Amino acid sequence: MASPMPGATLMPPSAPATSALKAALVARLQSVLPVAVVLTGVLLLWYALAVALNAPGAIERHLGGSQATWSGADLIRTTWSMDRPVLPAPHQIAQDTWHSLVDWPIDNPRSLVFHAGVTAKATLLGFVLGATLGAWLAIGIVHSRTLERALMPWIVASQTVPVLAIAPIVLVVLGSLGFTGVLPKAVIAMYLCFFPVTVAMVQGLRAPQTIESELLHTYAATGWQALWLLRLPSALPYLFPALRVAVAAGLVGAIVAELPTGAEAGLGARLLTSSYYGNTVQIWSALLMSAVLGVLLTAVVSGVERLALRHRGQVR
Amino acid sequence: MNASPMPARPTATVSRPGFGPSVVQIDRASVVYPSADTPVRALHEVSLDIRQGEFVSLIGPSGCGKTTLLRVIADLEPITAGEVLVNGRTPHDARLARAYGYVFQAAALLPWRTVLSNVMLPLELQGRQPDEAREIAKAQLERVGLAQFERKYPWQLSGGMQQRASIARALGFEPKLLMMDEPFGALDEITRDDLNAHLQQLWRREQRTVIFVTHSISEAVYLSTRIVVMSPRPGRIVKVIDSPLPPDRTLAMRDTPEFMALAHEVREALADGHH
Repeated sequence: MASPMPGATLMPPSAPATSALKAALVARLQSVLPVAVVLTGVLLLWYALAVALNAPGAIERHLGGSQATWSGADLIRTTWSMDRPVLPAPHQIAQDTWHSLVDWPIDNPRSLVFHAGVTAKATLLGFVLGATLGAWLAIGIVHSRTLERALMPWIVASQTVPVLAIAPIVLVVLGSLGFTGVLPKAVIAMYLCFFPVTVAMVQGLRAPQTIESELLHTYAATGWQALWLLRLPSALPYLFPALRVAVAAGLVGAIVAELPTGAEAGLGARLLTSSYYGNTVQIWSALLMSAVLGVLLTAVVSGVERLALRHRGQVR
Repeated sequence: MNASPMPARPTATVSRPGFGPSVVQIDRASVVYPSADTPVRALHEVSLDIRQGEFVSLIGPSGCGKTTLLRVIADLEPITAGEVLVNGRTPHDARLARAYGYVFQAAALLPWRTVLSNVMLPLELQGRQPDEAREIAKAQLERVGLAQFERKYPWQLSGGMQQRASIARALGFEPKLLMMDEPFGALDEITRDDLNAHLQQLWRREQRTVIFVTHSISEAVYLSTRIVVMSPRPGRIVKVIDSPLPPDRTLAMRDTPEFMALAHEVREALADGHH
């Protein structure tokens, strides 16, 4: 590992620019290197596992059985390029994802962008509904002891029920009422989204110090004014981390909601059909796509957070 | 606790020339905090009459109830007995009528608002038009010497500047009564002198009534027209001293014999209160 600038203090004064550049490079390297090392390790392990797990199938179906003649190189090459491997190699997943992205227009059901878009729509709608519900619940809880006592146990209990059990019920009930498509999925996403928002907002709305509350008291501010001018702004630093958790949870909710009904579109549907047909490469590429979508959604929330809290200074 | 209940001190009814009608009337006000063993008597039968245009300091050791008294007047604390009137109304009604400005020990600026919009806050709550509020806030910041800092956020300001901003905020809606709870307590001596001089000029210029809580003798003597000396267990007023100093004051005045004599008198009263 590169040691940070040996003898940096002995640098001649004529070379401050190059030394600064060097320092920046070293710093960059130090931040990238650990990630790169882990990634390499994971990839090596993955390829090794692919060989180990796919070898029996490869010998059976592609190399003509254990009696036939084939070299070790043949075996490895086969295990990394099979049609339906137990564990597809990383490059197979990358290729499949790439093809689904570039070979088809984005409104085609064979494009992963299409499925990601369908899931993202349900996730975002559920996220907005869940965040709104969560915030209003928190406002109610903070303003009324009775509401807190009445609601809090139910809110906590709601999260102990597995979403996998709730999802089909919600889909069936809403379906019988004529709601199909994005709404039932959004409702399930909302079910997972609201909880972290409620918990964080309750904490955040109670965050203002006594002195700040008393200040507004001396101004004879109404409850709503205190909420809008003091409590909500104070709650923002608590709210955003919860929103990041919520949007990721909402994605899980939306995907789970796409599983049981055999929905025809969405990453969940793609996962289901791929596993139905034993198309492991496609399962993995759908998995990859949902990971990318999750990272993207949390990044958007982080961006909004940075924008909203940019003036807070060290308060954050 | 064995302190015998003190007889209620007669309210100083002597009319002080140069000051207007009563702004704050306190008649045998008590505040008792219930506690498991002995109830804490934070204020015991305090009587005080504060007139328009006075600068009254409440001074005493910690636990003497000076902050409690200020909070009672500001309707931040209820009294358990007695009567308190602000402009002839209850503290609650006076607060709702926005009769006073209050400066806390800490600046209590909202960190997500610029200095300017912090000063605008009470004006907005009063329902002033944004343009008008902005103009007033700018003028107030100018007065406390923060005109160039209006776009900054509180955390970008030093402690002294933050406290000046909070004073500008308290003055913005032109309250006739200004209450200050050890506003300069957390500041260094130099900044404190500077802000004291500022406050003195402001009081001279605008003739507002000021009630000022402090535990600094020289601060109290320098600023006040009347010094109320308080003592703990139970919190009560032990002496009220009228200042013989002229209304116009300079920091240099603190070395004059008159100033020192007055400071001595306050110190004596504080020591007496401890017996």
